[in-house]
Amino acid sequence: MPVSTTNSRAIYDALKACGIRLMSALPETWLVHLIRMAEDDPEMTLVRLAKEEEGVGISAGAHLAGVKSAMLMQNHGFLASINGIVSCAQLYHIPLLMLISYRGEFGERDPWQTEGGGVTEEVLRALRIPFSHLDRADQVATRIANAQTLALSANKPVALLLCRDLMWEEGG
Amino acid sequence: MKRLDALNAIYSRLEERIVVTIMGACAAELQSIGHRPNFFYLQHAMGLASSMGLGIALSKPDRQVVVLDGDGSILMNLGGLTTLARYRPRNLVHVVFDNESLLSVGGFPTATATGADLAGIAAAAGVPRTETVSTLDAFTRAFDEALGAGDLTTIVAKVEAVGPAAFVTDLSLLENRFQFARSLRS
Repeated sequence: MPVSTTNSRAIYDALKACGIRLMSALPETWLVHLIRMAEDDPEMTLVRLAKEEEGVGISAGAHLAGVKSAMLMQNHGFLASINGIVSCAQLYHIPLLMLISYRGEFGERDPWQTEGGGVTEEVLRALRIPFSHLDRADQVATRIANAQTLALSANKPVALLLCRDLMWEEGG
Repeated sequence: MKRLDALNAIYSRLEERIVVTIMGACAAELQSIGHRPNFFYLQHAMGLASSMGLGIALSKPDRQVVVLDGDGSILMNLGGLTTLARYRPRNLVHVVFDNESLLSVGGFPTATATGADLAGIAAAAGVPRTETVSTLDAFTRAFDEALGAGDLTTIVAKVEAVGPAAFVTDLSLLENRFQFARSLRS
């Protein structure tokens, strides 16, 4: 499948460079390489979820115990996690580094993905979650590091939207 | 069995362990016995106490973690039981106080009142040790066995649907959160 291995590797390496040692994930097409990299990495604890909201609790627990973590999910998984984000992470001022595959944007061919794309950014704004797009390989390392820095200094959830231009190699 | 009596019975074992509770009556009752820096009360986010316990247990494999859950809460995150079982933290004891109701919000019955078997669900999810107990003696024995077993255990403790008159305590949420994190990292 034309999910970019090179750019997935750049994202994974940037997360490792930030000290991420635990990742929660629920598989989705654009995340397959990232999940396999986590699976193959003896330094990484990969937690496969049944539903994305669990990842909020797992990351909160890891943070309180002093372990840096990241969450890999599709934007529909983000939508499914909102109560946990608000009533656990935001209520208790807990940093979350959320990497959200931004499905349903321009170029989306799967009809079932097309609603989520239209509401993702508005929901992030409504929740006052700082976010940025990851759409260029040369920005991956800096944006991930900067997102993690803000999450930790502000003790709040932040999001990076993994965009088609970065994740998909054959133009959709 | 009353939850408060059950908490009193195991309090001495909780003192040195990492404890995560759910919101409402359970949190207020444990605080009424005595708050400690290593106790965290998740005062919202129903369902996520067990997930937080998993995150802590994976991050602190050398410490024992006790999650004090409830029927209403775990019913909101049954999928989380499969995740808990999948990673099977040997250092986690998961207690579910089952009063068959949503006591904090009017006492309406949960599905355990009509037969849902949480220990059965946990066992079917893959939790290696599960038990349902309904007396104080059985609960204390099951809890001590779980601590000694060194394996993931879910104990469903059937308790009366009674709790404190008020749930708000003088421990602020953020004070608890930062004190708890400091305690875990020290």
